[in-house]
Amino acid sequence: MTALVKKDARRIDATEARIATLTLPSGGFSAPARADALARLRAAGLPVRRDEYWKFTDPAALNAPEATAAGAMAEIGAPLFAERDRVRIVFNDGVFDADASDDLSLAGVEIQRLAEADRADLHWARDLYGVLEARGQSPVLRPHAALNTAAASDGLLIRVTGTAPKPLHIHYTHSGETADAILHHCVRVEPGAELTLLETGPAAARFNKVLEVDVAEGGRFHHVRAQGRDHARRAITHVFARVGREALFKSFTLTVNGVMTRNEALIEIVGDNAVAHVAGAALGDGKDGSFHHDDTVFVTHDAVACESRQVFKKVLKNGATGVFQGKILVKPGAQKTDGYQISQSLLLDEDSQFLAKPELEIYADDVKCSHGSTTGAIDETALFYLRSRGVPVEDAQTLLILSFLADAIAEIEDAEIAADIVARLEGWLARRRR
Amino acid sequence: MLEIKNLHVELEDGGKSILKGVNLTVEAGKVHAIMGPNGSGKSTLSYVLSGRDGYAVTEGSATLEGEELLEMEPEERAAAGLFLAFQYPVEIPGVGNMTFLRTAVNAQRKARGEEELSAGEFLKIVREKAKTLKIDAEMLKRPVNVGFSGGEKKRNEILQMAMLEPRMCILDETDSGLDVDAMKLVAEGVNALRDPGRAFLVITHYQRLLDHIKPDVVHIMADGRIIKTGGPELALEVEKNGYADILAELA
Ligand SMILES: Nc1ncnc2c1ncn2[C@@H]1O[C@H](COP(=O)(O)OP(=O)(O)O)[C@@H](O)[C@H]1O
Ligand SMILES: [Mg+2]
Repeated sequence: MTALVKKDARRIDATEARIATLTLPSGGFSAPARADALARLRAAGLPVRRDEYWKFTDPAALNAPEATAAGAMAEIGAPLFAERDRVRIVFNDGVFDADASDDLSLAGVEIQRLAEADRADLHWARDLYGVLEARGQSPVLRPHAALNTAAASDGLLIRVTGTAPKPLHIHYTHSGETADAILHHCVRVEPGAELTLLETGPAAARFNKVLEVDVAEGGRFHHVRAQGRDHARRAITHVFARVGREALFKSFTLTVNGVMTRNEALIEIVGDNAVAHVAGAALGDGKDGSFHHDDTVFVTHDAVACESRQVFKKVLKNGATGVFQGKILVKPGAQKTDGYQISQSLLLDEDSQFLAKPELEIYADDVKCSHGSTTGAIDETALFYLRSRGVPVEDAQTLLILSFLADAIAEIEDAEIAADIVARLEGWLARRRR
Repeated sequence: MLEIKNLHVELEDGGKSILKGVNLTVEAGKVHAIMGPNGSGKSTLSYVLSGRDGYAVTEGSATLEGEELLEMEPEERAAAGLFLAFQYPVEIPGVGNMTFLRTAVNAQRKARGEEELSAGEFLKIVREKAKTLKIDAEMLKRPVNVGFSGGEKKRNEILQMAMLEPRMCILDETDSGLDVDAMKLVAEGVNALRDPGRAFLVITHYQRLLDHIKPDVVHIMADGRIIKTGGPELALEVEKNGYADILAELA
């Protein structure tokens, strides 16, 4: 590990206190990876606010031995993606819910539960579990991801060998007030194969989730998730992706509500002519308690003629906070890189804030990289224009908010899934009109 | 139709006085033109009538068919039948022109207690009206006014007007930045809407638009007041001699 952290007694104590409350699975194919991860966690220590990577987000509640209580809230209206033909797998408070789940069977896809597969020896999973996470610890430490690899109680091991005829949908329900869930999924997309993975739901009072995705040559992986509406929930999630030659990786996240969410995405493009897009739309209303949403993204170009896009939009009101830390790293030799990054916030009042740290680090000379970050209010001129045409002020605001989010939503390739996401957004906006 | 009485307006920010007692009555079925030097308050008048923020009315009134406009929200004024074709149409990235039009048409229908148009009905009407304004399908799909040329923006304003069928249409320099052909298209669009139940207030610098949209009455505005009112010949006089003579006459 290249990054140095200041080790002090407090950090060590906090880390050990957290480890003491974990149940550490043993045995099975993942045992060596879990042991390594625990060592990584101990070496790094849990983050503290003064760490450069955590200066905008306080990790205290994520570090605490126990989860802070968070009530589970009922879904409003039809569940998301209810009308899509899909294979649905449910975890409640991080525990597999067999009754609520479909059979783990989807053409062109092998699906196993981590908790069960651990007894078998899945070569591909052994080569992936904790591997991308470990690679992602440099140049910046991600101790919560190491914690996850060490302690994950379950998750799905998904091997995609063909073109999946329908999406795989993981739904996370939440019922226990202090439920503390740790899940770890691995997805291996074999050459030329294709899968859409949907994730929905609040999962727990505190949720630590890792998704490792390895997309082999010519494979295509689409990821669309909507983090649940529970106001008081907290989440730290990591997506680690490795994208091979001529492969496609696309991930979109919708976040509405939640006291605290930190979504990290680490994408390593390792094969030529690959494409990787990561996008997010977050809507937060501080009136629900508080809303703090942090997108931390790191895209590494380590191949020729690859394209990456980061498109992150946040709509904030009533003292909500949005954070974006995003980096594009272009390694030596990664010529003809086309890297793009935009982070924008729409502040609906003066109490909310957006903190952004966009970074470019480029070690190749023939590249096209751009980044931008903006913060603004609703465009009053556009609002008046719409109203002058007879559109009521609240509908006009909704239209402008949706238009602000449009570029992020456009990153969802499937039109029906995108429409589901827009419908969810509209519902949220309709419930929170000023 | 539109009756403006002794309208005084200042900027909310700083209190600068802009309209200093405007009196103007536009009758149903008529076309009135307002001409006047830059900065005389023509756009301000159109914004105040349509309800834009930032202006304080300190005196006077403006009624549409007897209803006080100045107390209504902008959307209520629109539903009451007022329409402003903007001097500078606004770009709205991310909102499709078609969505915009349909939202506006249906919002007004709803406000008036009418049934909303179905997607099919709406499409049919838009296509028809767009065609006469030479607005192609591609322009309808693009975000509102984004990447439109000056002429396309102005034609798009007229399309909105045609779709919304307002009773009182205010056109603020709809001719500026248009070439002769585009101006003819716009004028035809306006003339097609002329109706005994509808009135127009056409703000312009140039006689040439008034060659195509024949006004019944011409007003000259200067320094926040209507300083002279006459027939179409007044526009010709301005065209020939500018405003200097008229201003001098009053001085
Ligand atoms: N929002 C504003 N801020 C500052 N000055 C303004 C504003 N709106 C109008 N004005 C001023 O008011 C006067 C009238 O402007 P305007 O109504 O645009 O005139 P016209 O359309 O006749 O050219 C001008 O002096 C202009 O500078
Ligand atoms: Mg003007």
